[in-house]
Amino acid sequence: MFGFSPQELAAIALSVKVAVVATLCSLPFGIALGWLLARARLRGMLLLDTLLMLPLVVPPVVTGYALLVLFGRQGAIGAFLHDALGITLAFRWTGAALACAIMGFPLMVRAIRLSIEAVDPRLEQAAATLGANRWRVFFGVTLPLAWPGVLAGAVLAFAKALGEFGATITFVSSIPGQTQTISSAIYGLMQVPGGESGIWRLTVVAVAISFCALLLSEWLARRQRANAGTRA
Amino acid sequence: MTWDLAFEVRRGGFTRALEVRSEHRVIALVGASGAGKTSLLHAIAGLLRPTRGHVVVDGQCLFDAVRRIDIPAHRRRIGYVFQDARLFPHLDVRGNLLYGLRGDAVREPRFGMEHVVELLGIGPLLARDIHGLSGGETQRVALGRALLSQPKILLLDEPLSMLDMDRRDELLPYLQRVRDDARLPMIYVSHYPDEVRRIADEVHRIPG
Repeated sequence: MFGFSPQELAAIALSVKVAVVATLCSLPFGIALGWLLARARLRGMLLLDTLLMLPLVVPPVVTGYALLVLFGRQGAIGAFLHDALGITLAFRWTGAALACAIMGFPLMVRAIRLSIEAVDPRLEQAAATLGANRWRVFFGVTLPLAWPGVLAGAVLAFAKALGEFGATITFVSSIPGQTQTISSAIYGLMQVPGGESGIWRLTVVAVAISFCALLLSEWLARRQRANAGTRA
Repeated sequence: MTWDLAFEVRRGGFTRALEVRSEHRVIALVGASGAGKTSLLHAIAGLLRPTRGHVVVDGQCLFDAVRRIDIPAHRRRIGYVFQDARLFPHLDVRGNLLYGLRGDAVREPRFGMEHVVELLGIGPLLARDIHGLSGGETQRVALGRALLSQPKILLLDEPLSMLDMDRRDELLPYLQRVRDDARLPMIYVSHYPDEVRRIADEVHRIPG
């Protein structure tokens, strides 16, 4: 199919799997933190916001190394996960999903936070006077109105996860068929002579998926801004 | 004593106080815009915490600063009709009406769906999207939504202010019907004294 080698197809499939799992697993946390940043008035919000944004600016190789130190077989968390639950993350695709989730998290949280901030708090007040507790207000009013923006954040995180390179290759290396994603496959092909055609094929795939994801994310974000307005 | 209200709220650097003790079921608060009428209603509804004082309606204490009582808004059983209606844009008219009808009230509501729909003449609107509603229809749906949440108290914040003069005379009879039908303690806020006289038994002026 389009001249893809089995190894390239495996890299594409793994990238998509890693990105989907990373996005779905981080979404509940993204929603919770986005809501907290948008609505809660607590001390230390600025600090929390800064910490959450950190993966966006820290060199990805540093994030990857930190993951290795914490979640490696000898790491504080990694040793516990391995011994108590039998879960290994380092040098596995699940580790790639963790790395991608962390790298995409700032983008996801920011988008969700903005979409929740755009929901008119007066509607939440109205829901409270109608007998809805905090949970019902959130799930019955806030989340449905913020939903397109939440999806936009998820799609953005998916796109970011798909392209993640530095933290992933540091944490899980680039084992063909196991942890080799599109990005690390391209990097690998650059190290060998005659890899150009493979590089081009994977590059086109990477750009195409990223473009579509961004387009979808922008479209959703616009829809949300149009919907959650103060009409009614 | 139906109303025993004595409290103070702070909003944007201003302090507003209300002191009303009344046996009348339907009272009105009038005052110029900016007199803080909405802040006072918010305090009664539990959306804004008074800095001191108490809110007691029909013998039930909703707030008391000294006794540290502060019932959260969602448990006060207050039907609040906002000045700007605040219908939920992601629900249709029926979804809005039914939002607050839950729990035990579903089986034996004091204000049932059919009755409220009939009372307010909103039957033809049920399947409609809320964006197409006129100002008067919007307020009738807001009123119905409040009644269906089975409130023990009704707060109406200038429900006619979004309407032009002709439309006010259309909505006013519905407000009077709700007043006579629901038999609930009710506060009506307005800055038009003539409108208030047609609704309330007693008028309290808020100094601006």
